[in-house]
Amino acid sequence: MSTQIVNIQPLSQPVDLGVEPATFSPEVEKEIDQHLAKYPVPRSAILPLMFIVQRERGYLDPPGVLYLANRLKLRVTDIWEVATFYSMIQMSPIGKYHIQICRTLSCKIRGAGKITEYCSQKLGIKPGQTTEDGRFTLSEVECLGSCGTAPMFQINFDYHEELTPEKIDQILDGLP
Amino acid sequence: MRIEAIGCEPLQLRRVHLENSRALDVYRNNGGYAAIKKVLDGMSPDDVINEVKKSALRGRGGAGFPTGMKWSFVPKDSPKPKYVVCNADESEPGTFKDRYLMERDPHMLIEGMLIAAYALGAKTNYIYTRGEYKYLIDIMDVAIEEARAAGLLGDRILNSDFSCEIYTHTGAGAYICGEETALLSSLEGLRGHPRMKPPFPAVSGLYACPTVVNNVETLTAVPDIINMGGEAYQKLGTEKSGGTKLWSVSGHVNKPGVYELPMGYDDMEKFIMEDCGGMLDGKQLKAVIPGGSSVYIMRADQIIGKDVRMDYEGLVAAGSSVGSGGFIVMDETVDVFESTKNLTEFYKHESCGWCTPCREGTDWLVKVFKRIDSGAGRIEDAQLLLDLCDNIEGKSFCPLGDAAAWPIQSAIKRFPEDFKKRLLNGNE
Repeated sequence: MSTQIVNIQPLSQPVDLGVEPATFSPEVEKEIDQHLAKYPVPRSAILPLMFIVQRERGYLDPPGVLYLANRLKLRVTDIWEVATFYSMIQMSPIGKYHIQICRTLSCKIRGAGKITEYCSQKLGIKPGQTTEDGRFTLSEVECLGSCGTAPMFQINFDYHEELTPEKIDQILDGLP
Repeated sequence: MRIEAIGCEPLQLRRVHLENSRALDVYRNNGGYAAIKKVLDGMSPDDVINEVKKSALRGRGGAGFPTGMKWSFVPKDSPKPKYVVCNADESEPGTFKDRYLMERDPHMLIEGMLIAAYALGAKTNYIYTRGEYKYLIDIMDVAIEEARAAGLLGDRILNSDFSCEIYTHTGAGAYICGEETALLSSLEGLRGHPRMKPPFPAVSGLYACPTVVNNVETLTAVPDIINMGGEAYQKLGTEKSGGTKLWSVSGHVNKPGVYELPMGYDDMEKFIMEDCGGMLDGKQLKAVIPGGSSVYIMRADQIIGKDVRMDYEGLVAAGSSVGSGGFIVMDETVDVFESTKNLTEFYKHESCGWCTPCREGTDWLVKVFKRIDSGAGRIEDAQLLLDLCDNIEGKSFCPLGDAAAWPIQSAIKRFPEDFKKRLLNGNE
């Protein structure tokens, strides 16, 4: 398949992260291969692969960055460049459960502020913080497309909608 | 949450309430994959494009560009591969219709993409879904596998000469990737920066090859256009706005949800007060943002008793636009200064940083809003905000800048009392 993407030459002095690249199980490697097979250009798989590294390692850590650079034949700085653009890519450790409260207009006018306040109080952390035991990170995020069922939050990838304090207790207390 | 058609037979929504509606056999037993069969049984790519032109279907993502015309821009003689990319990045605040289409009727999207791919000669096609909608990517992957196993995807579809693949792709949290050229940058594995137009994606899009990017709701309209014919589809709506449209209703109504209305539905007041169950807790209507956060905010008195027609021309005449159909209803308790500040913070967060007017402009807008909010407002701040908007609108690289300016310009013009109150700090 023809493409006009310019081949990126390696830097004369590559960035040395001082770590060995991450390694993954054969099952994960197979999953990565399946993503790469979708595209004529390996670089296109960068976001799906970042999510896999995050799932396996908790966040996109330096060994994960080095792994992606090697696997996609890119520079470390190319990986950083993309990672820092997208709000769902985490470059530092976060809690086991990432509570992402929608703060945008439709949720705001249906009580998103009270949801944030309640979660803050219950967990003893402010948005942007992680509980000491590393269990919860609280964030306020922009519209998640759940406006008709506001207010809402997303925990990791799961949507929880039409929230009330009772429902929040149930959800958070019920997490494994 | 309600999902239903008002004022017309459900078309895009006709399968969403069926049991197990996302399964292939349910789709097939209810009219599914008849359109692609009809196409492969004797329509040329030009026939398909002509039907879509006749349907007066306009892009449902927000810009409202005529779909048939967009398809006809793809050069037929190009030796390069061609791509159809479905824009499922749905991130315009107030919009959530695509989510339910994919969740409840994923095969309708696959069939729409197949027909588009046939019309444009595309062999490889992608569904770019926002990263937060991971559960929808999983649903689409299952449906794609089902379709492939049934010979509806892959080599020689339905024993014809037509072969085609569809793959899902994930975004990772960036509103800008709903802009079609930024989406293509992101799909190539780059930062989601928009690109210069021209060349338009139809000529030089994904991997510099001819590409059509269409919204989910646009593509899911295509099977019905083929089944009933473009003319019949157009007649469901108005002359220039064909067919039906999904409206995502949120805010202070009793029955928020996804509503399918014929284009040209003739009374926005009735839609709010009756179809959507009226105002929550019997409060007074204050404002409506009818087409997603980027369009002009409307005052209640622009709606009540005004017979506002809900289609592209009707909403422009009434002082706003259809946009993505994200219909946000606000009651008397909402302070429009506050609601506009909220949206401005959204645009500042989502500005991709590529061009100066948008990057710096949205940042300054938020700084001014925050200063006013802290009680240090000055009466000249209204003009300051408008001046900042003027330095963004029409001067940014992509429409995100315009989208940041329009809510503020319309809010100051239409709700001056809410701004005045803050700017005077109680000193009349």
